[in-house]
Amino acid sequence: MAEEKKLFKVTIDNIPVEVEPGTTILNAARMIGGDVVPPAMCYYSKLQGSGGKCRTCLVKVSKGSDADPRPMPKLVASCRTTVMDGMEVANITSPEVLDARKGVVEFLLLNHPLDCPVCDQAGECDLQDLSYEHGVSSTRYEFKRRTFDKIDIGDHIKLHMTRCILCYRCVFTADQLTNKREHGILGRGDASEISTYIKNSLDNDFIGNVIDVCPVGALTDRTARFKNRVWFLKPVDAHCTCDKCSGKAVLWMRGDEIFRVTARKDKYGEVEEFICDTCRFERKDAKDWVIEGPRKVSRHSVISQGHYVGTRKPQETIARVMDGRAPKLLMDIHSVSEVNMPAVDLSKIDGPAHSNDFPKNNGAQ
Amino acid sequence: MGRKLLLDKAHIEGIRYYDVYRKNGGYAAAEKALKSMSPDLVTEEVKKSGLRGRGGAGFPTGLKWSFLAKPEGVPRYLVCNADESEPGTFKDRYLMEFIPHLLIEGLLISSFALGANRTYIYIRGEYAWIPDILEEAIAEAHKNGWLGKNIQGTGFDLDIYVQRGAGAYICGEETALIESLEGKRGNPRIKPPFPAVKGLWQCPTVVNNVETLAAVVPIINIGGDEYAKYGTGKSTGTKLISACGNLNKPGVYEIDMSISVEEFIYSDEYCGGIPNGKRLKACIPGGSSVPILPANLLLKTAKGEQRMMTYESLNDGGFATGSMMGSGGFIVLDEDQCVVRHTMSLARFYHHESCGQCSPCREGTGWMKKVLLNIENGKGKESDIDLLWDIQRRIEGNTICPLGDAAAWPVAAAIRHFRDEFEWHVRHPEEAVKRNFGLAHYADPLPVAAPAAAV
Repeated sequence: MAEEKKLFKVTIDNIPVEVEPGTTILNAARMIGGDVVPPAMCYYSKLQGSGGKCRTCLVKVSKGSDADPRPMPKLVASCRTTVMDGMEVANITSPEVLDARKGVVEFLLLNHPLDCPVCDQAGECDLQDLSYEHGVSSTRYEFKRRTFDKIDIGDHIKLHMTRCILCYRCVFTADQLTNKREHGILGRGDASEISTYIKNSLDNDFIGNVIDVCPVGALTDRTARFKNRVWFLKPVDAHCTCDKCSGKAVLWMRGDEIFRVTARKDKYGEVEEFICDTCRFERKDAKDWVIEGPRKVSRHSVISQGHYVGTRKPQETIARVMDGRAPKLLMDIHSVSEVNMPAVDLSKIDGPAHSNDFPKNNGAQ
Repeated sequence: MGRKLLLDKAHIEGIRYYDVYRKNGGYAAAEKALKSMSPDLVTEEVKKSGLRGRGGAGFPTGLKWSFLAKPEGVPRYLVCNADESEPGTFKDRYLMEFIPHLLIEGLLISSFALGANRTYIYIRGEYAWIPDILEEAIAEAHKNGWLGKNIQGTGFDLDIYVQRGAGAYICGEETALIESLEGKRGNPRIKPPFPAVKGLWQCPTVVNNVETLAAVVPIINIGGDEYAKYGTGKSTGTKLISACGNLNKPGVYEIDMSISVEEFIYSDEYCGGIPNGKRLKACIPGGSSVPILPANLLLKTAKGEQRMMTYESLNDGGFATGSMMGSGGFIVLDEDQCVVRHTMSLARFYHHESCGQCSPCREGTGWMKKVLLNIENGKGKESDIDLLWDIQRRIEGNTICPLGDAAAWPVAAAIRHFRDEFEWHVRHPEEAVKRNFGLAHYADPLPVAAPAAAV
């Protein structure tokens, strides 16, 4: 038997969990899952050194550890604070934390253009989710928001700095995936911007991943910009044989047409395996890919609207309560309308339903 | 006459040069430390002296040194923080300009105590002429065997390097300073790990203020116990105060921490009162980041006691009725000054200097500046005052480094103590752009709560 590792007991919102030493509070909360997981806009478990910047994951440590039970004086960033044995953490049970989080969301939205109706990220945007959950419906900011010009960094990537929340994820990605440092931050304070070295274009086989790590619509895929809304597309898992990456990707399809290729993301919006630019930008033909099946998307997401996964039809109870007798209908709706045609199951149609999905001649095949 | 430890020889002609400095008792402390003391003994003396960090936070220096991790085979570094950029603070500049050898000697003793063989002076970029002075002093010290290999035959090696910053206030924060020293963007690091464990190039590092390191010299000269006899209570020794604003004699003063604020402002030995017979309205006793106090709370604490120039007394009453010693930038405002305008000017500074790494500070400082600018220009609304309070409350404590707090505190204190003036600005916008609110009631003696009946 291998030597048994000592596990730390942590309590998050009164839910106990045992984790290995060195785990951060955020990751301990993710082991519990559910509502106690603090939101994270800048932390990215696959990127070294990320986190601590957006301050949305602030939590209150009400008891430091068994050895030193003093509470921590300030709210701490849960993504960068490691747990101690016997630590007690309050996230959603602390009004102070919720208030601070509300403040942070307000600060993040202060200079955000809120152009969701024309933004490609809408529907899969972390900031949208965050402000829906923790934000207020109106702003108290009465001044002009800061703006930047859109720039193309490379052939395939568009940088729309106005939308950026400066999470630094793309900087870490460019630093850690690629071997040259030419993507970073210029300027200071609220004038700081993501940029490339003297407006260099980024050319690296994996640079496209900055699009996937971006929590907002600041970095978008130029091959898919304005082509379609994400909720009109069907995500399917697919793989291909690629000599640069694992080839495991998600295809965003409508019918047989591939609009966009992204890496596979887990439920915290983090990429499972980074994919290369060839897969992402150039393999836009269904023949290049082996399709594995539909991607599971949370049923709360707008992306899964129109295609319900695992729905169960309500049981027919009329016959049972009527002792087996059929109800006497005054009029059967199907005699006059095509609505609820049993022959057509909306959830099984590829893409949104069109009129030609329904038989024209009143049900008679 | 107040006793001096740091600037007692500053008036001597040519003290900037090695020969004069040596003739006047310079490098005696270094000689004593290197030849007759062990590193631990030096640290022990500093602990005994009760010296507190002079950069603003007031953390006991000896304790900070003892936290330094000492793993085998890993170099340790001492970094001297000369990035003095706080509005109102200019004491380190005086020290470095006039007696650079005092700093070099302090660095030598401290490096010996910490076991650092490489020491960096990170100096503010705007102090363009001081690196030359320091480099010259370092060269002189090298020539006379106080730096380099095998110093004075003791076997201890030390090299001191001067590194100029590029003029960012945030690089005065110790981890941002370390990042900048490493040649990166000066963003504060997320703590822990603290620099004492992983600092410069991931090695254990101590970052100290110029004045703190210079104060090590008199501590070794006269002994920690003797040093602790200066000052009062836990505020031991002497402190450099850079006084500015509406004063007859602004400048850098070395004070024994046993005088009152009133004496410091009005006595002829120190600032010599306020010019043109004006009355005192408000004061920021420790550099722009600390809370502003109205005259009545500055001279007397809320308990009715005389307020002294010590860490404890200035902090008496917490943030509700007190302030902080900070870095010793003593800014005095007379009755003609407008607190709203003053607060706006500070908010503009912090907006300009925010590094932009974490969201509350990046977005909040700019927002506060814009709201304050509106109030100052007569476009404010009554609700803006509460809005400002709300913004500062949500910045404070929620940021990576203390710059967020430093931006929030002046605004909070100004609203807390000078709300009348803000309201007057909002309610009389046309008058507010033409004249100032004046002294109002800010110097009236405060009613002192009767002390609780003795049990």
